[in-house]
Amino acid sequence: MSPILKRKKEKFRLPSKYLLFIMTVVCIVIMIVSFTTNIFSIPLNYISSYLIVPFENGLTSVGTYCLNKTEEFGKLQDVLAENEKLKEEIDRLTTENTSLQQEKYELTKLRELYALDAEYDEYDKIGARIIARDAGNWYSNFVIDKGSNDGIQVNCNVIAGSGLVGRVIEVGPNHAKVTSIISDGINTSAMILATGDNLIVTGNLSTMKEGVVEYSQLVDSSNKVTVGDKVVTSNISDQYLPGILIGYINTLSTDSNNLTKSGYLTPVVDFEHLNEVLVIKQLKQQVN
Amino acid sequence: MKKFFSGAALIFVCFLLQSTVFAQFNIGGIVPNLLIIVTASLGFLCGKKTGIIVGFSCGILMDLFLGSVYGMNGLLYMYVGYCNGLFKKILYPKDIKLPLVLIAGSDIGYGVFFYFFRFLLRGKFDFPYYFTQIIIPETVYTTILACLIYPLIHSIKIRLDEKEKKGEQSSV
Repeated sequence: MSPILKRKKEKFRLPSKYLLFIMTVVCIVIMIVSFTTNIFSIPLNYISSYLIVPFENGLTSVGTYCLNKTEEFGKLQDVLAENEKLKEEIDRLTTENTSLQQEKYELTKLRELYALDAEYDEYDKIGARIIARDAGNWYSNFVIDKGSNDGIQVNCNVIAGSGLVGRVIEVGPNHAKVTSIISDGINTSAMILATGDNLIVTGNLSTMKEGVVEYSQLVDSSNKVTVGDKVVTSNISDQYLPGILIGYINTLSTDSNNLTKSGYLTPVVDFEHLNEVLVIKQLKQQVN
Repeated sequence: MKKFFSGAALIFVCFLLQSTVFAQFNIGGIVPNLLIIVTASLGFLCGKKTGIIVGFSCGILMDLFLGSVYGMNGLLYMYVGYCNGLFKKILYPKDIKLPLVLIAGSDIGYGVFFYFFRFLLRGKFDFPYYFTQIIIPETVYTTILACLIYPLIHSIKIRLDEKEKKGEQSSV
């Protein structure tokens, strides 16, 4: 390198204090811009979709393989014991099943009669695999391996088994970010299936570990709601399709205002061991 | 140039590991913070400026993938990198004790500030709960992993430094 060039380089050395200051300003600007608009999210989602997602796909499948192998060895004893129990249960359930089948026959006839075909079996769903979880310990967001190329849009509902997991918050071409209903600060409008009373389900980091979710503002003037009642997404929610099961009432207590009730509910989805989810492609109808 | 690329590769690999494999093999729901190890160790090994740049890129990468407000983690990690850079002069990098203390301190500091910005300002005042259930377990897990990762980063740095010196000598 020639001495002239070197001197020039020396001249432009930036003290680290100023660099820190400049970068701080840059960060704050980015924060404000991303908080108020979403210009960044579209190009950035494209970048991450093609740069990071393929790696994550591969690594997650390796991880899942290892996890399954270790669990297989550890759980063999438990599985044998469980097998015995399950066999007994099968006998019990077969008898129960026969009686239920009769009831089901009756139910389908009644359904046809009432044209009640708005059950969520009929939504157009797509299966997706979870390929990355939140890198920190504060929120429970995750990334799935299907994106706008597969017809997923922002605000699509995500379910697992028969229960609500959350909704899509950002979409890339072949990945999507999902926030779960148990994530801290996420509110979901819900209702009691039996009585139709509305309530608000709020995710909370401190109750997440105990496997329960907080709910509040349950107006139950006739005192009909009991522990064990089914909680489903409400008709008035603007993001969730109605009638998706969230969980069961676990505890119930009257608030100090004597008007509303609050407590905890147990979600039907096992968020700890979530690997595959279903995304409902249909969005909730919007009235503007 | 070589340093730049190996640094970028290091950040990328750690981020991928943290969000996939370690997120799956979590212990009691706690994921170790590999990126804080990278930020802190590059900070006190290479100085303030490197710390700022590494911290900023680590944080932005985290924001990009799973944050809701871009720049939030970028800012926190950047300050973690800068603060660790201050220790470059008094650090004897072969001895692992001070680096481990710094990494643990960085993780606690990051956790406290993250709590302050994202939880306290939303009216979640139960600091002891978050401190004992999230911040401390994460720090312990991270520090244990740092025992393995820090020597690795250090040896890579030494090797690159040696190569650079050789390159300079041969060019002269």
